[in-house]
Amino acid sequence: MTPILELRDAGFRYRRAANPALDDVSFTVEPGRSLGLVGESGAGKTTALSLLLGLTTPTSGSVLFDGRPLNPRDRTQLRDFRRSVQPVFQDPYSSLDPRQSVGRIVGEPLASLGLAAGEEARERVAHALHSVALPADAARRYPHEFSGGQRQRIAIARAIVSRPRVLLADEPVSALDVTTRIQIIDLLGELAANEGMTVVMVSHDLSVVAALCAQTVVLRGGRVVEQGATSEVLRTPRDDYTRRLLASVPRLPA
Amino acid sequence: MSAHNNAARGLLEVDGLSIATRDGDVLVRDVSFRLDAGERLSLIGESGSGKSLTSFALTGLLPEGLHATGSVLLDGVPVIGARERELVALRGRVASTVFQEPMTALDPLMRLGRQVAEPLRRHLGLRGDAVRQAVHDALAEVGLPEPERIAHAYSWEISGGQRQRVAIAAALACRPQLLIADEPTTALDVTVQADVLALLERLVAERGMALLFVSHDLAVVSRMAQRALVLRQGRVVEEGAIDGLLSDPHDPYTAELVRSARELDSALELP
Repeated sequence: MTPILELRDAGFRYRRAANPALDDVSFTVEPGRSLGLVGESGAGKTTALSLLLGLTTPTSGSVLFDGRPLNPRDRTQLRDFRRSVQPVFQDPYSSLDPRQSVGRIVGEPLASLGLAAGEEARERVAHALHSVALPADAARRYPHEFSGGQRQRIAIARAIVSRPRVLLADEPVSALDVTTRIQIIDLLGELAANEGMTVVMVSHDLSVVAALCAQTVVLRGGRVVEQGATSEVLRTPRDDYTRRLLASVPRLPA
Repeated sequence: MSAHNNAARGLLEVDGLSIATRDGDVLVRDVSFRLDAGERLSLIGESGSGKSLTSFALTGLLPEGLHATGSVLLDGVPVIGARERELVALRGRVASTVFQEPMTALDPLMRLGRQVAEPLRRHLGLRGDAVRQAVHDALAEVGLPEPERIAHAYSWEISGGQRQRVAIAAALACRPQLLIADEPTTALDVTVQADVLALLERLVAERGMALLFVSHDLAVVSRMAQRALVLRQGRVVEEGAIDGLLSDPHDPYTAELVRSARELDSALELP
């Protein structure tokens, strides 16, 4: 099967930076196989996500969408890409515009991508809110009326309203309490299973990745140190750094 | 008289602590507990539970607009209603706090060495070379490489994990009997978190300090404390030994916390 997204020998160097943020990174996002990008601050996770989102162009190598290099000048491809790949951001407190109603926030991709308007848009917003288990009247309310977990649901509703194939989520649960964290992971898992979406999630926490993603890529200092099926990475971590990440996760007493 | 030579009195005694806004909204209601010298206790709760406000009230650090009622005795000294001058004498010497976000706890305009030196000058009256030596020792004790370089640096010039180590060094410089740690590792990467927790464990054990560890993370709490209070919406819903809370939670909310933590934990179990 053709991967939906792929980084092929991708590198990225910020201007005047001594070292590249990403160096020769390759991995594929296969349909139906959620992928976790794991590493610490400075590992290059967010830069990799930014490449996958088409917000940043690699300084070497390429980003492929449905097997074809992402070309910012190809408007047909870009339109298809924008509809198919949607972001969920880390902080539900700062990523939602406080002056807009939840209905407008969630419906924004429909308007900007020209996918739906009027009654049809309202129906799709209502469906998206339902999918993330928010009440229908949420559309008329404002972000400040919701808790952190509910705001992350709003952000997810916005991401799924265009029925994308891939959700790219940057630390979607790290700002949340543990009980809320589990609920959002479960929600992302359900969306992946029921709506055929593939989740690519960035996290510094292997337990969160293990709870959701079939595939794991471990990044350190801008390079891939290990990748494979999450169960394999957990069972037989080959790299010292992966072992250290695993050992660092706080565990409950047996 | 210190708590050490009076077994009948706890190092920290909290009785009927409530915290309210000026408008009368009660954020923490009737919290009571006791912490003895050398004991490790946790306040567990999620956002809005009042766990951080409770920990702030213990050394009179509540934000403007909030006020506390009830009784807090720190080494026998009443905190609620005390003058700022009396509180300054307690902070750093009897009890010190390490906060969640070291970036906000440290002054970005002051070299880190001066921030560690400040409590040493105030409480221990150290001056000159004695201060420099004590700052060096304090930074070295928290495992910071090149203490001289760190002492001359500003908070924004070092990493998040290093900042938290500096904040711990400053908090512990005057050898307090109680360390209050308010989500000290929540803002850190897991590997850095593991290092900082190990550091706190070592320092608390070496000095025989009491620890009040505030967190929403049961896995972290089970490592750091023996006993816990579970807070929800400003009230204590359950308290007891951590092992008991994990194996046999009585309150439905505690049970929900344990279930969530177990679900996340089990994701790392091998199939």
